[in-house]
Amino acid sequence: MSTSSPSSSTSKSAVPALAALAAALVGIAIAFAFYVAPEDADQGISQRIFYFHVPIALTAYACFGWGAVKGLLLLWRKDERYDLESYVAIHQGTIFGSLTLLTGSIWAKASGGHWWLWSENQLVLFLVLFLFYSAYFMLRFSIEEGPRRANISAVYALFGVVLIPVSFLAIRLAENIIHPTVFTRDGPQMSGVMFLTFCIAWLAMSVLAYALYRLELLGKRLDSNLRELRELLT
Amino acid sequence: MSYLADVATLARKDLRLELRARDTLPAMLLFVVSTLVVFHFALPEGADEVAAQGLLWVALVFTALLGLARAWAPERESGALEGLVLAPCDRSAIWLGKAAAVFAFLSAVELVALPAFALFFGSVDAATVAGVVLASIGICAVGTLLAAMAAASRTRELVLPLLFLPLAIPLVVGGVGASVSPEPGRYLAFLALYDAIFSILCWASFEYVVSE
Repeated sequence: MSTSSPSSSTSKSAVPALAALAAALVGIAIAFAFYVAPEDADQGISQRIFYFHVPIALTAYACFGWGAVKGLLLLWRKDERYDLESYVAIHQGTIFGSLTLLTGSIWAKASGGHWWLWSENQLVLFLVLFLFYSAYFMLRFSIEEGPRRANISAVYALFGVVLIPVSFLAIRLAENIIHPTVFTRDGPQMSGVMFLTFCIAWLAMSVLAYALYRLELLGKRLDSNLRELRELLT
Repeated sequence: MSYLADVATLARKDLRLELRARDTLPAMLLFVVSTLVVFHFALPEGADEVAAQGLLWVALVFTALLGLARAWAPERESGALEGLVLAPCDRSAIWLGKAAAVFAFLSAVELVALPAFALFFGSVDAATVAGVVLASIGICAVGTLLAAMAAASRTRELVLPLLFLPLAIPLVVGGVGASVSPEPGRYLAFLALYDAIFSILCWASFEYVVSE
């Protein structure tokens, strides 16, 4: 299986451009979040982490979803390349998921005074997902490489996207037994500039995740090609 | 109908193996009773009954894990899984048969654990029993599939709890809710929803876990 097909050589040249675009967008997002968006009346400066926390969380969901889609394609079409793509997407999702936990924790400290709040549903959900997807790596790396591993990883990735809404519902339900005082937050009352900043940050994080995804994929493919070559030589 | 006959045959095979070897069930029974005794000492004086209700669910989940870790051991040790996969039956029947056998073991354990819990910590109400039954279905459905995944890996028993516990969290939420909430209805409905969703997913995906 030769991977130096024209499609992969064009994708190689696309990665630096994508990385540059991601860097530029992240820069614009940071500038907007700190200098353009107005200060929140209630929370002050700490509210600005919202422009990173929420887009990172949404990006993590997108990565997990992408990984599951690739897993489904693998089971459907039996094409080996989807295995690596699914794995890389979930890897990126786990990285962004960890960042969500980190930024959420900082936000909780700034607004609630504690590094961890069980009342923050989003944060709890990400903790569950973090544990779930960490086990994905444990499982994947303890199975011998091959079609069996690809299938099992894909099925597990599918379980993940089903677990997300189920866990979300469970955490909402748990709130009633663990925290009887349900505290309702009004919907985000964002001004136009705040919403624009949020959208830019979201776009920036999505492009960043995609650039990292392509980069890691490129590296992993290079790695496996090199290994194949080495095996041919010996 | 032949599908159900296959499932029944496979489940009966597991039950018969267990009756002859008596590997798993006595261990699970002893484990759940020991766990309840440990919990008595883990709960400080003055801890309320609600805390004990939560611990019942910890005991059940961990006991189920003990059984699930052994679920595919007979097939693995004698290399019989390849034979089963090649057998002229739908592969999901292998999962359903195994899940039914695990459910039988877990139910037997719960028949001992719930009276023991009532004896040690206080009463068990109807909502708790309904929650236990519904959660057991989910535990067996998901656990059997994950155990098959774990059986394919090098680290087997080590990786199974890591795979299983994040997926069991919704079951624990539903079960504890059914035990302690004054309105257990929606927690039971949630457990039923979980069972339905994950049973369909496991049923559809088991084939890929055991085949190349």
